[in-house]
Formats: sequence, structure tokens, C-alpha cells
Amino acid sequence: MSEFEPTIVAFFCNWCTYTAADLAGTSRLSYPHNIKSIRVMCTGMVDPQYVIKAFLEGADGVLISGCHPGDCHYISGNYVARRRFAILKPLLEFIGIEPERVQFSWISAGEGERFAQVMTKVTNDIKKIGPAKRLVKGA
Amino acid sequence: MVKELREKVKKLLAGGDVELVIGWEKGSRPLSSTPALIDSPEEADRLVFDSTCGNNPAVYFTKDARRLVKAGKKVGVVVKGCDARSLSLYVAEKQVKRDNIVIIGVPCQGVLDTDKVEELAGGREVLEYSEQDGKITVRGKDLDLTFDAQDVLSASCLACIYPDATEYDIFIGEARDGKPNKEQNAAIDEFEKLSSEERWKRMEEIYSKCIRCYACRNVCPSCYCNECFVDQNDPQWIGKTPEITDTMIFHIIRNLHVAGRCVECGACERACPMGLDLLLLNRKAAREVEERFGYVTGIDSGEKPAMADFREEEKQDFIMG
Repeated sequence: MSEFEPTIVAFFCNWCTYTAADLAGTSRLSYPHNIKSIRVMCTGMVDPQYVIKAFLEGADGVLISGCHPGDCHYISGNYVARRRFAILKPLLEFIGIEPERVQFSWISAGEGERFAQVMTKVTNDIKKIGPAKRLVKGA
Repeated sequence: MVKELREKVKKLLAGGDVELVIGWEKGSRPLSSTPALIDSPEEADRLVFDSTCGNNPAVYFTKDARRLVKAGKKVGVVVKGCDARSLSLYVAEKQVKRDNIVIIGVPCQGVLDTDKVEELAGGREVLEYSEQDGKITVRGKDLDLTFDAQDVLSASCLACIYPDATEYDIFIGEARDGKPNKEQNAAIDEFEKLSSEERWKRMEEIYSKCIRCYACRNVCPSCYCNECFVDQNDPQWIGKTPEITDTMIFHIIRNLHVAGRCVECGACERACPMGLDLLLLNRKAAREVEERFGYVTGIDSGEKPAMADFREEEKQDFIMG
């Protein structure tokens, strides 16, 4: 049997993590192809609905990554996002979603290497727990 | 108490202090009361207040009374503790100006869960209802029962912390301060002891009964969007079927929308025709908000709502180091 290849939907902020992905690419660093990146202008625009919708459509994991606190291009976008996800994460765990399925990180534009490491870590975490069965429509 | 309430309302209306007073009047069935919109002193005698007054009158500030307050008119509203918290939330969210409302607090002893009363009545129809000193009497054909009000109160009332308004202009009687209630977190603690698998199973059990009537959303004082996400077609966030994932997602997202905004009045549970335990998730979110951000909904109308605010030094234990 071939190894389980998860689908991980990743929301990256345009100014930091998405640029870090570029840097990882130009630095010839490789990271798992399971990450399906979606560029957003700021993590502050990631509605928790997007996360839930990703699960509904069959994602095995969701990653949200943006600028470090204090570095937001829009000054406070990531702070607002942090509050939102501080509630989203425990709630999802509360209803019985595995904690590894939703992950958050701060990766700045200069951290290409860290970007590759985080992507590998998230992918491995999700490979370990297997395909998502909860909240997936028709599963 | 009701007499005093009517007198106060009469005086307010006669003096032209307010244009309208929102309260409750006797409903068409013995176990019910219905919101009353009183606009002249003569009508004030219709007002009642007892354990059947479960509706949250604050919602009218997002509906009928909105036009009046927008036009700069003053509106009076009779409130229990939870209703006052809703009002306070509206003021904080800039839905209504504090100067445009006259808050008339009444001492709340908790409101009835009519399902519990009907269960005690054992299928016999309740034709008469009365209450005195924490005892409730129901009468009907072959039915004459008296029981403790505590046995038939709404679950949300048994876990209530703020029975009386924290912000008010007039209070009938004496307002009690909020007091801790160990019931409040009991259900959450119990639930958190279960394994992730069991929790999911329990959630499926709860929400598989949901028929997607949206009564919880419609009655909720914190749900006042002009267009709810479940009604949107483009993009369509969730399917419109009563299939389990769709219903669960409706409840989870609704819960996220009222996180830090829910006043735990329990109107959703009382409105639910299937008797779902809807407050479990809401209360969990409220507890997270309180623990993390030190914010309790609807206590201080001058405070910025939790989800629209932030502190730089907040705990971020859930973010990868």
C-alpha cells in the first residue's frame, strides 16, 4: 500500500510567509508537495469559516501562517487573527478534532529555511494521524 | 412587584420620557408570555413579569425598535440579567446609543423550561399556572401539582451568574450582584474528561437531531446580521441539507460568530424544538474568552468587544514555537 499523502490547505500572508515560501524556492530548499498554499493579504482576513470549509471539502489539515507579532504590514491584522484562532483551536479540539489538524505559525519573509522546516513538520504530523474523517462531507 | 413595574412604566410614558416600552404580557397559553410593545400609559396594565418571561426583549433593538432609536427617540425596556447583558453588548457594538434606552431592571428568579413542566404534568394539559415563593402550581383536568421552581427552571438559569441587570436606570426592588455559580462549568468539565473520540461521538449524537429550523439563530439576541452565512448562496458556505456535517458546521460557525458575544440567556435552547444542548459549545467559547482575554460579555458597555480587540502580550501557546 502506498503511503498516505495528506492534503494540507495553507493560508499564507502575502507579506511574510508567502514571501518566505518564495525565498525557500529561490534557495532551492525542498518541502513536501502536500502543502496547497493560498495567498491571502493578511492572516487577519482568514475567517474561521475558511478553515472549516477546507475540512468540509476534504482537507486533512489546515495551516495558517503570517507575520510575527509586531511585524504586520497592516499593523494589527495578525493580532486580531491571533484572538480569533485562540478561540477556534480549542473549540475544534473540544468537539473532537485532533489538535494536529489545525496549526498556526509565524514565519517572516527572511525565514526561508524555517518555512521548509515547518512545512515538513506539519506534513509529518498529519501523516501520523492519518486521513481526516470528521467534519468531512460524505465520509 | 408587577404593580410597581406598571406604575413606573406609566409614569415614564405619561411624562414623555420614552416613546415605547418593551416588556412582556400574558401569552395565549398558561405557560407562556409574549413580548409586549407598550406605547401609551393605559396599556401599561398589560405588563407582567414572572418565570414564563423567557424571551429576550433586547432583540427588538435590532428589529422593530431600531427605527425609533435611530430617529433619536427613547425606548424603555424591561430586562432580566441576561437581557441587560444583551443591551450592554449592543451598546458596545454601537448598535444602539446608551442615551436612547431606559433600562428597567426586574429581579429574575430564572425562567421556566416548559418541556420540564410538561414532563412533570405527564402529558396532561396545563390549563392554569401560578407561582409564589419559589413554588409553582399547575392545574388542569385531573391535574393539580405543586413543585419547586428549581426543578423546572431552564438549564441556563440554573447556571446563571448575573440574575439581575448590571447596568440599569431604574430597578424594581433591589438588584443583586453577580455571584459565582459552580453549575456554570460543570457540564464543560465533565465533557472535557472524555476522549477525543467520545467527544466527537457525543457531538454527533447532539447535532444529528437538529432539523435546521434556525429557531436558535432567529431567537438569538447576538445573531442580528442582515444576511446570515447560512442563507448566502454565493459563496455557499454550507450545504442546506440536514446531513450531519452540514448541521454541525452550522452550529460550529454560529458558535464562532457569537464567541465573546453570547450572554448565555439560553433563548436558543428554549426555542429549540428538538431540545438540543446548544449552550455547551457557547459556554466553552465564553470560558475560553474569559480565561484568555479576561472579557465577560455584556457587563461593561464601555469595553470593546473581545473579538474586535487585542493585547500585544497575549498568550500564544497554540502557535508553533
